[in-house]
Amino acid sequence: MATSAHLLIVYLPGVDMGFASRITASALPIAYAACVSAQDAPSRYNLQPPVTGIATEIYSMHTLMLIICLVIFVGVFGVMFWSVIHHRKSRGAVAANFHENTAVEIAWTVVPILILLGMAWPATKTVIAMKDTSSPDITIKATGYQWKWGYDYLQGEGEGIRFLSNASTPREQIEGKAEKGAHYLLEVDNPVVVPVGKKVRVLTTAADVIHSWWVPAFGVKQDAIPGFIRDTWFRAEQEGIYRGNCAELCGKDHGFMPIEVHVVSAERYSAWVQGRLALTAAAKVDDAREWGLGELVERGRVVFEANCAACHQADGKGLPPAFPALDGSPLVQGDKAAQIDLVLKGKQGTAMMAFGAQLSDADLAAVITYTRNAWSNVSGEAVQPVEVAAGRGN
Amino acid sequence: MTTLTHDPIDTASGHSHAHGPTGLMRWITTTNHKDIGTMYMIFSFIMFLSGGVMALTIRAELFQPGLQVVEPEFFNQLTTMHGLVMVFGAIMPAFVGFANWMVPLMIGASDMAFARMNNWSFWLLPPAAILLLGSFFVPGGATAAGWTLYAPLSVQMGMGMDLAIFAIHIMGISSIMGAINIVVTILNMRAPGMTMMKMPLFCWTWLITAYLLIAVMPVLAGAVTMILTDRHFGTSFFNAAGGGDPVMYQHIFWFFGHPEVYIMILPAFGIVSQIIPTFARKPLFGYASMVYATASIAILSFVVWAHHMFTTGMPAAGQLFFMYATMLIAVPTGVKVFNWVATMWRGSMTFESPMLWATGFIFVFTMGGFTGLICAIAPIDIQVQDTYYVVAHFHYVLVAGSLFALFAGAYYWLPKWTGHMPNEFLGKLHFWCSIVFFNITFFPMHFLGLAGMPRRIPDYALQFADFNALATIGAFGFGLSQLIFLVVVVKCVRGGEKAEAQSWEGAEGLEWTVPSPAPHHTFEDAPVFKG
Repeated sequence: MATSAHLLIVYLPGVDMGFASRITASALPIAYAACVSAQDAPSRYNLQPPVTGIATEIYSMHTLMLIICLVIFVGVFGVMFWSVIHHRKSRGAVAANFHENTAVEIAWTVVPILILLGMAWPATKTVIAMKDTSSPDITIKATGYQWKWGYDYLQGEGEGIRFLSNASTPREQIEGKAEKGAHYLLEVDNPVVVPVGKKVRVLTTAADVIHSWWVPAFGVKQDAIPGFIRDTWFRAEQEGIYRGNCAELCGKDHGFMPIEVHVVSAERYSAWVQGRLALTAAAKVDDAREWGLGELVERGRVVFEANCAACHQADGKGLPPAFPALDGSPLVQGDKAAQIDLVLKGKQGTAMMAFGAQLSDADLAAVITYTRNAWSNVSGEAVQPVEVAAGRGN
Repeated sequence: MTTLTHDPIDTASGHSHAHGPTGLMRWITTTNHKDIGTMYMIFSFIMFLSGGVMALTIRAELFQPGLQVVEPEFFNQLTTMHGLVMVFGAIMPAFVGFANWMVPLMIGASDMAFARMNNWSFWLLPPAAILLLGSFFVPGGATAAGWTLYAPLSVQMGMGMDLAIFAIHIMGISSIMGAINIVVTILNMRAPGMTMMKMPLFCWTWLITAYLLIAVMPVLAGAVTMILTDRHFGTSFFNAAGGGDPVMYQHIFWFFGHPEVYIMILPAFGIVSQIIPTFARKPLFGYASMVYATASIAILSFVVWAHHMFTTGMPAAGQLFFMYATMLIAVPTGVKVFNWVATMWRGSMTFESPMLWATGFIFVFTMGGFTGLICAIAPIDIQVQDTYYVVAHFHYVLVAGSLFALFAGAYYWLPKWTGHMPNEFLGKLHFWCSIVFFNITFFPMHFLGLAGMPRRIPDYALQFADFNALATIGAFGFGLSQLIFLVVVVKCVRGGEKAEAQSWEGAEGLEWTVPSPAPHHTFEDAPVFKG
């Protein structure tokens, strides 16, 4: 990704330029978009540069449609404006009295139908190709949560890998307290990694409300529907980093759940898989051992920032009534089994999701311990991973 | 084409509001179609300004990347309420107001068929509006699930959602009663001699719209009621864990929602079809094909709903069916545009405010039509679904379409309503400001959507910054321009150049045979229409 220098040129102006120059910038010639050919450079006027066969078909289909529409547009409004200019009373025009012409009326009904048939043909082929999710090399399940994505590698090389992917743009950048980075709101802590040239089937589902998994450069957008599994597929032809967003309104932080996919060579993919599997093994060890209070609180703070702070806020005050405060909460200050149960299973009908499916025993133990020992909550007791594991059984 | 066998002024004399209550009670108890039409329009303009303030707050937040003006939760409330208020509070009631005022005058009827029900269908609206707007002030604020209220997100919302559901119920009842009234009035109360195929096109488009309303408003009521019971009574219509399906909500909603789109545009087609012949001084080209095209659009609108759902993951056969059906709508819509252009062709045109707005409507609405065709292509739609491209598309058809036609109609009939000609300079200024700022606001959104900016987000990646800044500037210009209209109407009510009975040189139709302003009671004896 040797495009970072180029990116600086494209991105930085948006940050610090004054109004006037920003407006001028938006009037840059459309040709500019065409010369930005680097895969990682942002598109500004047109669909993003496609990197899959399907996205390429969509790109050229859109171009074709645009041309056809422009031709009709110029034709129809050429006639209208010619008439507007010449058939004016002030120019001495005298109104004709015709008000129907069967031949013309049949023509402008039939000709559009023929044009539509011409448009429908390539579209039909693409629709059928998009739906063919058979015989994938790798299958990944993407689960939408409020407001992050979870990924499970279900089949193919990397089977067994699972992780959560949170937006990694720092809060200070969003609030304007720090300069915005090049990939503002389009960056995550754990990106999806896939090998180049392989058919990847993506199963989508969700834990709470409907989300939508969208990577524009792949021509892929598939709603993630709670309780159901849908699928889509892509075969990325070019290595690189591709970015997208959740595309279905899913609540407060809908705008803050990006998707980042790294398309890498087969060798780098294998190396990544090895690294991930080693992490999984280490997590198993973490879940089994006894932890000290200090290390639980320390790890818990990190888990809290990534998973809880969006609703319950870093200061534990929440945003009542939708998102209750944890600071001083009777539940958090009360019996730990009840809190473990709520965190594992979530609360139906609210944004509090069942974290049992997302986080490891060690992470859950850490974050529960943290909430019981942060702000004005001072229980002084640790929750061990084994207690969480026991809670799962209930 | 229209002649009248007796003098309508005669029927109007001495009947104004001499025997009714005066002051506020006049408006609360009125059964007069003109009074009720006026109230509908004032109500819709107030709602238009409220929805506009929400839109401008949204645009202010989106002026720059980062969060500056509102928090994400409130931002979502604003986008949701902007949609609900504009659709159910501004556009729909405005068209019902036009129907109330103009349908009886155009068909030579003395009033609407069910005058008392007419009063009731208007007076349901203010309580509904209070519920809807008041929901901002309840704990948790207004609903933030988007105007489409998709489950299960809408099931998560606070009590603002319940208020919105009840508001929709009430507005739905109002719409159904209004629609029944219009159907019965048009079918039963036309002047002798006015056969269906001699009716003004505005009456035709409203007749068809009224049938659409009667067909789909109960569907919406059902959908939101199911959300209500899912929220409070333990049902699982849209909850997979209880055997329901969230996508079923979308099917039901869009079975209402797509005809709803045409409910908001067909009367606009009718208004424009009245105005273009007047100012081209030439009969409407292809009257019969206009009627058939309107009916075709209405019928097709029932079989295209799932084109809003291409990304939900339906089978290829489903995607193809809905894609083909949607593309087909381009044919009757194209026929309409061709007919308008052919009406202008070799006319003797003048461009007073109504004609400017109508011509602007054709030009800009057609751009929305083209993007609609592009969105109909399922693979392209999957790319642009839920992006700013779709936001641009539906504002081109709803603002430049429905709203521009409403303004065209208002300038056209203001002389009949007030007895004074609207100020031409201000009318033209209003038009030119609106069309320029409209395009500055919404044209860049096509680029934003294509490049990958999702809709309904309070903050965005940096490559979208420039076009968003531009759109915000345009939006403030557009919003302020609408105040010109308020000035025009107030001036017109208070005075100005006296309007003739036939206020525009080329105007034809029964409404131009009664004096301007139209007396309180008109056509108490039916005129004989010889078309």
